[in-house]
Amino acid sequence: MYKITLKRQLTKDIKLMGILAPHVVRNAKAGNFVIVIPGETGERVPLTIYDWDKESGVVYIIFQEVGVSTVKLGMMNEGDFVYSIAGPLGRHFHIEKYGNVVVVGGGVGVPAIFPIARALRDAGNSVTSITGFRTSELSILEKEMKSVSDAVIVATNDGSSGTKGLVTDALKALYDKGGKIDLVVAVGPVVMMKAVSELTKQLGIKTIVSLNALMLDGTGMCGGCRVTIGDKVKFSCVDGPDFDGHLVDFNELTSRLSAFKAEEKISLDHCKIHLAGR
Amino acid sequence: MAKKERLKVRQQAAAERTKNFDEVPFGYDDSEAADEASRCLQCKNPTCIEGCPVNINIKEFIRQLSAGDKAGAIKTIKQSNSLPAVCGRVCPQETQCEAKCVLLKTGQPINIGALERYAADWEAANLKTEAPKIKPVTGADGKQIKVAIAGSGPAGLTVAGELAKLGYKAVIFEALHLAGGVLVYGIPEFRLPKAIVKREVEYLKLLGVEIETNVLVGKSYTIDDLFADGFSAVFIGVGAGTPSFMNIPGENYKGVYSSNEFLTRMNLLKAYKFPEYDTPVKLGKKVAVVGAGNVAMDAARVSKRFKGVEEVHIIYRRSDKEMPARREEIEHAKEEGIIMDLLTNPVQVLADENGFVSAIKCVKMTLCEPDASGRCSVKAIAGSEFTIEVDNVIPALGTKANELLTTNVKGLKLNRRGYIEADPETGETSIPGIFAGGDISTGAATVIAAMGAGKKSAAAIDRYLKKNISA
Ligand SMILES: Cc1cc2nc3c(=O)[nH]c(=O)nc-3n(C[C@H](O)[C@H](O)[C@H](O)COP(=O)(O)OP(=O)(O)OC[C@H]3O[C@@H](n4cnc5c(N)ncnc54)[C@H](O)[C@@H]3O)c2cc1C
Ligand SMILES: Cc1cc2nc3c(=O)[nH]c(=O)nc-3n(C[C@H](O)[C@H](O)[C@H](O)COP(=O)(O)OP(=O)(O)OC[C@H]3O[C@@H](n4cnc5c(N)ncnc54)[C@H](O)[C@@H]3O)c2cc1C
Ligand code: SF4
Ligand code: SF4
Ligand code: FES
Repeated sequence: MYKITLKRQLTKDIKLMGILAPHVVRNAKAGNFVIVIPGETGERVPLTIYDWDKESGVVYIIFQEVGVSTVKLGMMNEGDFVYSIAGPLGRHFHIEKYGNVVVVGGGVGVPAIFPIARALRDAGNSVTSITGFRTSELSILEKEMKSVSDAVIVATNDGSSGTKGLVTDALKALYDKGGKIDLVVAVGPVVMMKAVSELTKQLGIKTIVSLNALMLDGTGMCGGCRVTIGDKVKFSCVDGPDFDGHLVDFNELTSRLSAFKAEEKISLDHCKIHLAGR
Repeated sequence: MAKKERLKVRQQAAAERTKNFDEVPFGYDDSEAADEASRCLQCKNPTCIEGCPVNINIKEFIRQLSAGDKAGAIKTIKQSNSLPAVCGRVCPQETQCEAKCVLLKTGQPINIGALERYAADWEAANLKTEAPKIKPVTGADGKQIKVAIAGSGPAGLTVAGELAKLGYKAVIFEALHLAGGVLVYGIPEFRLPKAIVKREVEYLKLLGVEIETNVLVGKSYTIDDLFADGFSAVFIGVGAGTPSFMNIPGENYKGVYSSNEFLTRMNLLKAYKFPEYDTPVKLGKKVAVVGAGNVAMDAARVSKRFKGVEEVHIIYRRSDKEMPARREEIEHAKEEGIIMDLLTNPVQVLADENGFVSAIKCVKMTLCEPDASGRCSVKAIAGSEFTIEVDNVIPALGTKANELLTTNVKGLKLNRRGYIEADPETGETSIPGIFAGGDISTGAATVIAAMGAGKKSAAAIDRYLKKNISA
């Protein structure tokens, strides 16, 4: 059992949580993730490590309530205990001096790019962040991204804050301004990572994406997280989650993410009925 | 006396058991156990003992059972085997102890496994488990010497138990949220109830073993971290772990699960109790399992028990004779109505317009000259393609070395296939103070083999610590 030390509501359905887990923090690095099980009968839920504190042993995650597991997690409060948290999982993001890096985050992909941007900047890169949201009310981590970036561009679909349009529009505009871009890192919904990768392929800019395949153990034992990269099948939990965006079969990933759609609905309904009955 | 026949273990009828996940064999009752035990010849040269990888004094425990001394019997067993309730259930006895029983030539070897299970279950029901008094072994600093164990499968559990009994502090680190390795995530409930594994794990805790779940050695803590934290030796028992796939087109369609994924969803995460448990598994009416080893039988039999599943196929490229699974498991599967598509090899998985599996395309195979391994080799019959309509495909094609830990330790020697090179007698690896055993050094094997390796490693770790560390 692992104690929840902090809970903050960032938007209507996005929450930040601190969990006491020294075993995760000790060797945590940018790009790693954890697997959390909210309660004893729960699922194993992969979530990116947003931040960590070596001294207190607290790991921070930010998640969006989309289904039964994230809803259950979101109902827990400071002082409660999550049943299990394992990590750090996945390879950490490969940090070196690339030059000018643009990190692109969409929705709950933003918490994932935060530590990457910070590590890249610490390694001497110039970092421009582009964060994208549907509307200003859903915008998160603007201040935090500013603290780890040389420049931050916020894009909203409806133009309610920052520039109007998609992150790809902002990226294209940045490119058109003529600045040299040596690397793009994109984390967010699959459609976004796909669109960024297609754009950067045309522009000839190396691009790394972080894949959110469905996962179970996170240790390379089940193969449920398999993705096709170029002509090879990889396990995203141990070979990734970061991959060359120009090689990812995004259509396959999108399809595989919907493997349990019907069951997810049953599960959420079951949970709601249960709650209503209490 | 010896003319009496081997006493069959009563079990749930096939029609009944495919509707539940309860254990299939009931086990002997008191009088059955006494009867079966009384068949033992008490041989001068009890060859059965050689057949057991941990050399349980089989002759003696059976004598005690036939004399009604159940407490004595379990004590005898536990001198050599700390997980008798598990081994009595899942050992391939027919190739081990029972294969060496002198009564084999009559076709009626003693049912050693069932008797071992009986003694262990009797103990659980009748005796209070008490922690033995153990004197801690201390180092120069006066503190108890600590040993770290990566992985809580049968190998790691055995090492921990043995070391704890010798007075060391054994700490197990397990990547998953429950201890037991394949015993909890792989072997299904109806063959090995999880309550039994839990009981054995609780006993280890009573011995003073600490278990930290959710910790991945090599990730959460590196081996260097463990030594820095004051562990004087490390045992690696992380299992074989990584699933093989068929490498045919369509294998990533939705509804294809590796046997590991499928069994983990079902056993570890209890998907068969969905939505009471949150983890789903999606099976349609027809399921095809590819392969014919024990794991394939387990996957097929679990599928058969899942609500809504009507038809389960085993697809295997060779013939009945070559199936690598235990005969008993194959028979169980057949009794439960699993269809054996033999001399059949998948070539492609087909899907509907939404990407869900709809069928598996196969070719017919024919046996030809035996290959180097002595098994008959097979070749495809040209033009014999056909499809079987299925909703799920479960490849159960064996496992490979899991590299999560091994590639994170500098200087650790691996063999060509990626398994850790460890001395089979001591578990010593290429790095002093690091020992290894079980599936991660031998490749996928058996529970009792992993336990045997654990026992030898524990003895070697004790010798190593006495020589290098203890005061
Ligand atoms: C390595 C990794 C890191 C992740 N990091 C974060 C993070 O930092 N914050 C965060 O909010 N989410 C993150 N996710 C996604 C998160 O794991 C899923 O949202 C969560 O598992 C959904 O569980 P649920 O039971 O609440 O919803 P479910 O009932 O399982 O699903 C509800 C909906 O979410 C979709 N969904 C399910 N799983 C995923 C997934 N893995 N990725 C995308 N969509 C999914 C389903 O298709 C469905 O539409 C990450 C995923 C991975 C693999
Ligand atoms: C479905 C199935 C059925 C089987 N049926 C039988 C049977 O009937 N009879 C029989 O004798 N054998 C059977 N076997 C084989 C037997 O289970 C294995 O040979 C045995 O469990 C191997 O034991 P082990 O301790 O080496 O590893 P495992 O049991 O594989 O345990 C290894 C443990 O280490 C953990 N781990 C992995 N990496 C790390 C890490 N980096 N840090 C910490 N922990 C880690 C894993 O999560 C796992 O819990 C079966 C196997 C399977 C898969
Ligand atoms: S442990 Fe296995 S091999 Fe040994 S006696 Fe028991 S059943 Fe037979
Ligand atoms: S070989 Fe068979 S009959 Fe002889 S002692 Fe062993 S179990 Fe009994
Ligand atoms: S989640 Fe099981 S192998 Fe990646």
